[in-house]
Amino acid sequence: MREKDVTMATPLVVSSVGKSFTMHMRGSVRLGVVENVSFSLRAGECAVLGGPSGAGKSSIVKMLYGNYAVDTGQIIVSHHGELVDLAKADARVVIAIRRDTVGYVSQFLRTIPRVAAVDVVAEPLVSRGTGREKAEARARDMLRRLNLPERLWELPPATFSGGEQQRVNIARGFITDHPVLLLDEPTASLDAANRQVVTDMIAEKKRTGVALLGIFHDQEVREAVADRIIDVTEFAPREAAA
Amino acid sequence: MKDEPLLRVTSLSKSYGSRVGCNEVSFELWPGEVLAVVGESGSGKTTLLNCVSTRLPPSSGTVSYRMRDDAWRDLYRMSEAERRFLMRTDWGFVHQNSADGLRMTVSAGANVGERLMAIGDRHYGRIREAATDWLERVEIAEDRVDDQPRAFSGGMRQRLQIARNLVTSPRLIFMDEPTGGLDVSVQARLLDLLRGLVSELGLAAIVVTHDLAVARLLSHRMMVMKDGVVVETGLTDRVLDDPRQPYTQLLVSSILQV
Repeated sequence: MREKDVTMATPLVVSSVGKSFTMHMRGSVRLGVVENVSFSLRAGECAVLGGPSGAGKSSIVKMLYGNYAVDTGQIIVSHHGELVDLAKADARVVIAIRRDTVGYVSQFLRTIPRVAAVDVVAEPLVSRGTGREKAEARARDMLRRLNLPERLWELPPATFSGGEQQRVNIARGFITDHPVLLLDEPTASLDAANRQVVTDMIAEKKRTGVALLGIFHDQEVREAVADRIIDVTEFAPREAAA
Repeated sequence: MKDEPLLRVTSLSKSYGSRVGCNEVSFELWPGEVLAVVGESGSGKTTLLNCVSTRLPPSSGTVSYRMRDDAWRDLYRMSEAERRFLMRTDWGFVHQNSADGLRMTVSAGANVGERLMAIGDRHYGRIREAATDWLERVEIAEDRVDDQPRAFSGGMRQRLQIARNLVTSPRLIFMDEPTGGLDVSVQARLLDLLRGLVSELGLAAIVVTHDLAVARLLSHRMMVMKDGVVVETGLTDRVLDDPRQPYTQLLVSSILQV
């Protein structure tokens, strides 16, 4: 029991994670990205990755979502009460973790031809077994809250503006109750009113015990949501000995 | 649902004399999982698909399939009759060239109904109803049921192939370049349809394609082939966004951005 409480309270533990890219088309040059990344996320907090661009903030978030491969270290996720190392999990486990445990709002929406905005937003709920009607009703609530004009809801977002696409993306990421939520610049192309909506939504997630990790260049948003800053420059790779 | 793979491929190789078709390929496919096999012409992806789907006997290796009663069977140790029955009921095969998967001179409705008759359904009204229902699901209007597929456009023929394959509620679908040769708007419609059906029906699928965008849209997992060998495998977005192998990096960096 006690052990379970601990995993619930710390749903994500990152230890000694390292990442580099080997560019085979550039003479196999190896680019170190980060080294020895170690931190954990507690339920109900929002930690923010800080540091200049190019420091590896997005790469860290992408590793935590299984989108980038991990060279070394562990990413321990509490998934349905079990501790799973995402860094070594096979594809179907990563898919299950994404469906139920780790959510992600990327910087840009990847649009799918012919799929309406409301269905893009409802999809994470449908994939977890919520009935389509109920999921779509929730999706409409999210889109309304984010001030996306109702005439756009039934259209595929491919032709939307950057800010409109971003709001569809946010609605899709926030619609579920994933215990861990990763945010990569979710407010980058939003106006002040919608930034405030997102700030409020993050505060609500914290109150329900979600652990959030975000990248926010906007200082106002960062100050409003961050419980602490994780300085990514501490994870800068040492110069390769070779 | 039992937590076991549906298909298990072990050290599958096929050579044509001294030329390698595919070499020592192993993988598992799980229920509901869509696996994309990508690579350029001559990479061995179609050879692999044909060997796995028992359309082309491999030189060595095994293909095991979990039947509906959960018993594992080695496909190349089954009788020809058993294998044919499996292909007609529990499997589907969507060909790039629709003429390979359809009977061009019988009606659309009969193309779909034929698979039901092959498994013993003899009730005309029920067969016609199922056929009409499936044509509707693949967005072929009811007034085209009695038309022959040679009067259909390329996109419609592909959708008819899909209806014909899915009418028997298969658990596994093989697709060989399902959107090859179609106009992009027609491709988008077909991909959207496939994506919806696969997730709605919980189908497992192996999709061979040279188009990485098709792989990204349809598949959960990806295998990259070159010269008959699997060079990289993993979660689809991981392989595409963080390719590790030289050949995969070349493929990904060669995509034209729109």
